[in-house]
Amino acid sequence: MSRLPPLFRALAMGLALWLPNATLAQNGPLRIEITEGVIEPLPFAVPSFIAENGAANEYAANIARVIAADLAGTGLFREIPREAHIGQISSFDAPIGYEDWKAVNAQALITGAVSASGDRIVVKFRLYDVFSGQQLGEGLQFAGTPQSWRRMAHKVADAAYSRITGEGGYFDTRVVYVAESGPKNNRLKRLAVMDYDGANNQFLTDSSTIVLAPRFSPNGNRILYTSYESGFPRITLMDVGSLQRQTLAEQPGTMTFAPRFSPDGNRVVFSLERGGNSDLYMLDVASGGLNQLTNAPSIETGPDFSPDGSQIVFESDRSGGQQLYIMPAGGGEARRISGGQGRYGTPVWSPRGDMIAFTKQNAGRFHIGVMRTDGSEERLLTASFLDEGPTWAPNGRVIMFTRETSGAGGQSAMYSVDISGRNLKQVPTDGAASDPAWSPLLP
Amino acid sequence: MMTLMPKAMLLVAALGLSACNNPDRFGAGGAGAGGGAGGAGGFVDTTGLGDPNNPTSIAYFNQRVGDRVLFPVDQHTLTSQAQGVLAGQAQWLNSNPSYAVIVEGHADEQGTREYNLSLGARRAAAVQNYLISQGVSQNRMRTISYGKERPIEVCSTEACYSQNRRSVTVLSVGAGA
Repeated sequence: MSRLPPLFRALAMGLALWLPNATLAQNGPLRIEITEGVIEPLPFAVPSFIAENGAANEYAANIARVIAADLAGTGLFREIPREAHIGQISSFDAPIGYEDWKAVNAQALITGAVSASGDRIVVKFRLYDVFSGQQLGEGLQFAGTPQSWRRMAHKVADAAYSRITGEGGYFDTRVVYVAESGPKNNRLKRLAVMDYDGANNQFLTDSSTIVLAPRFSPNGNRILYTSYESGFPRITLMDVGSLQRQTLAEQPGTMTFAPRFSPDGNRVVFSLERGGNSDLYMLDVASGGLNQLTNAPSIETGPDFSPDGSQIVFESDRSGGQQLYIMPAGGGEARRISGGQGRYGTPVWSPRGDMIAFTKQNAGRFHIGVMRTDGSEERLLTASFLDEGPTWAPNGRVIMFTRETSGAGGQSAMYSVDISGRNLKQVPTDGAASDPAWSPLLP
Repeated sequence: MMTLMPKAMLLVAALGLSACNNPDRFGAGGAGAGGGAGGAGGFVDTTGLGDPNNPTSIAYFNQRVGDRVLFPVDQHTLTSQAQGVLAGQAQWLNSNPSYAVIVEGHADEQGTREYNLSLGARRAAAVQNYLISQGVSQNRMRTISYGKERPIEVCSTEACYSQNRRSVTVLSVGAGA
């Protein structure tokens, strides 16, 4: 971090305050103002990218808009509107008139250029620290098909976000979820996948059968979910490219559900119900070998791996109500980590490894919360009639979840929230939506 | 037997739709496009089949015997009232051995999706075990949990929740199918 100009170190300091675990410099001027829990966002400017040929015109402005939306959407940045810009970017390599950008209080400046030919577009960008008058990091170039212009914009925003905050980005990602329609007592559900910001939506199944809780494989190429296609709930594996699907761990007379991939993608941990009792099992995907991990008359479900694959967090009502437990990935003795009032379910391990996100039900309300893996430092991030099913952005900073409203007209929508509890907002979707699962950063 | 035909056909239609695997169908349209089987593969609407005055009809079972029992909050134990209904179900099933049974377990919306799947499975198993204890062959029965996916009442108060915390004994033709 020491090579960063003071301004950006200051933002990093602000981030460090949110995240007890962040390993960021603790010296230097604190320039992010935190007043009553509100962070003063860092002002930035993204002028329209330069179109280096005629065919690039349609992309140049749109790419800048997507970058601005990505950064402003984090709540950490505030865009200086284009109408206020004094400075002009005449060409990608022209010197920056820093005074013009200082005058409008843009502390970060992103410039770029696009060229297009045939089925290929090339996007270049540079990031500047306006107040120190220097470029921040090297310029970068991305190339791809015209259809992937939004991805290239997300990659620019990820790079800018990462250079300024010192953390990984999460904009070039997808979300698999359940698209819903119809009234509460005749709800139709189908799998869909979209960019994290709601663009490029694609349906993966029709709505002829109930589908629940999809999860990405570690490389994002496959999806696990629970389907009633056979008439009974079964975990199903879908190839995202071909949409080919197969039922896993099929055992007559049982229900299988709540599947999650291991970090290496070779195994699946899930719940299998037999005779009314749900226990956790491990499936080796290649061999089909099954290994029972728990054996108790209580409900064991909602399993998820630690990022190193060595442990599994899950929920169980073995002590009465739903609580969170951690055990070795091969099974064995489990230790309870949740201890507060109410019920805890749907635990999800942070990609950073240090936190567990969960659903908490207490006193008639639902919450999304986080705690350390030893159960300490529990913090509730949301509260509503029904919040459930958190999923982590790949940088471990943002959580997406399902929020359902009450009553006869109750509808599901997906929301995201920073793990500080700030920046709660609805994720744009065409219709009602539930059960989001965030992909890793795309390659 | 003629009155049972529509239901059998409905089941076939649902399976036929869900077996289709053409990716091109999913490229456009909002949620719900391409559906049409009521959104519930395997779900069987059992109302209005047969003459409720015919004591061997499904309608008689559903309306006179009672096809469902209700559960307290987060419980799968059978109340004495539920046991009374299930004893009647068992007696009827033992007298009408040509019907196969699917016991559905359901939960209200006050719970997480996966826990409610498990809770619904507990309820369905509790009913199945009671029916077995009353002499109904296990070979005729299957269980399925819908968790909180199939509420019949839509308000968000106890008046509706109490109706949604249920098991439903669904009949179909063909014992042991």
